[in-house]
Amino acid sequence: MKPSAPSLLKATFAIVQKDLAAELRSRELLSAMLVFSMLVILIFNFALELNIDVRKSVTAGVLWTTFAFAGTLGLNRSMAVEKDRGCMDGLLLAPVDRSAIFFGKAISNLAFMLIVEAIVIPMYAILYNETRIFQPEFLGVLLLGSIGYIAVGTLLSAMSVQTRTRDVLLPILLFPVAVPVLLASVKASGGIITGAPFAEILTPLNLLIVYDIVFIAISFMVFDYVVEE
Amino acid sequence: MIEVKKLVKRFGLKTILRGLDFHVEPGEFVALLGPNGAGKTTFLRILASLSRPSMGSVKVAGYSLPNDSANVRARLGVVSHMPLLYPDLTAEENLHFYAQMYGLANYQPRITEVLEMIGLEARRKDLVRTFSRGMQQRLAIGRAVLHDPEVVLFDEPYTGLDQDASEMLDEVLRSVAAKGRTVVMTSHDLARAEDLATRFDILSRGVIAASAKREDFKDSNLLDFYKKSLES
Repeated sequence: MKPSAPSLLKATFAIVQKDLAAELRSRELLSAMLVFSMLVILIFNFALELNIDVRKSVTAGVLWTTFAFAGTLGLNRSMAVEKDRGCMDGLLLAPVDRSAIFFGKAISNLAFMLIVEAIVIPMYAILYNETRIFQPEFLGVLLLGSIGYIAVGTLLSAMSVQTRTRDVLLPILLFPVAVPVLLASVKASGGIITGAPFAEILTPLNLLIVYDIVFIAISFMVFDYVVEE
Repeated sequence: MIEVKKLVKRFGLKTILRGLDFHVEPGEFVALLGPNGAGKTTFLRILASLSRPSMGSVKVAGYSLPNDSANVRARLGVVSHMPLLYPDLTAEENLHFYAQMYGLANYQPRITEVLEMIGLEARRKDLVRTFSRGMQQRLAIGRAVLHDPEVVLFDEPYTGLDQDASEMLDEVLRSVAAKGRTVVMTSHDLARAEDLATRFDILSRGVIAASAKREDFKDSNLLDFYKKSLES
């Protein structure tokens, strides 16, 4: 039985399948992200005056604050699992294109983030009596924003996990780089909720798409150097 | 099988390996011995393509590192003191995952064969987090030889094992070596190294300070050779 380098797609799928199976058993990552997200939206719910105008203006900000911090928790945990028991070395020893490791981890992280969003959005709608967040346009922006955030977050978490201060280092590295995607996401989703004209939403939407493409391409190119000693 | 010439490895201003030369013939079992901080793990990580050499040439199974690292990785199995296993997956799921990562076709019979070899057939459906350290290390060896590598690197495989687990690991190591594989093992356990290996290299201050084959020990033993090598 001789090994042969599996295709990028097969290796990516194997990593995603492994991550989902492990998380399905432990639920460590999802439960941490969910508990944190629910606490944040509950606290905002108590703290804010929820008249109709305030609701319109704060929804995008509250949701993206929640998802950004919950996402950071998930990114840290997801890479720490690989590092703490040497499994990252196990992945690096496989005869696969190392971009497969990036794509596999990024897709798993995105899946965890989307699961959290799928639970938090209905909860937010109930607590804040806000149904405009179910609009397909809003959900589309949520997806684009999450892709960009996770792409750059997966790359940076692979760097920060190699340090002792990884829990602190990841947010310090990630937030300045993720500012464009967070700003564009808040602008675009806020515009959709307030019913702004499409032309107004188009600029942040374009920025989101460009950010996603650029950061996926950069991560694809540099991941090999990031994970190598 | 392994050819290393004038290998230098630096981390910043600190030089770990200082022009190291190392050669291993196919089928040899080399025990790489040396004090803490001698550079054994760094050297093994370079052979495993996990770290880039600063200078010098490294060839494993005829392929150069770091340029042909994917070809080297396909022919290499690595066991370190960490198990490189996922605790929330079962023993079988871990091997299944690595079989996919190594592109093995029709791997189920091979997984069963490996689980039988390491004596974990009955525990194949158990989560790795429920395994003892010794069982995890046996599974780690199973993971490393799953793709039938030509070269196997062991980095301190006995770390944290009790007497029974170490004896069981001896058997597994013997069966790995018995298949004609080339093995390089670092260890501080001289008695075990003497029992298993066919050649002994002493790594000290970033170079191979001495090398001897098993048959070279007539009146002396490995401990005397080790002490003399470090003193000189």
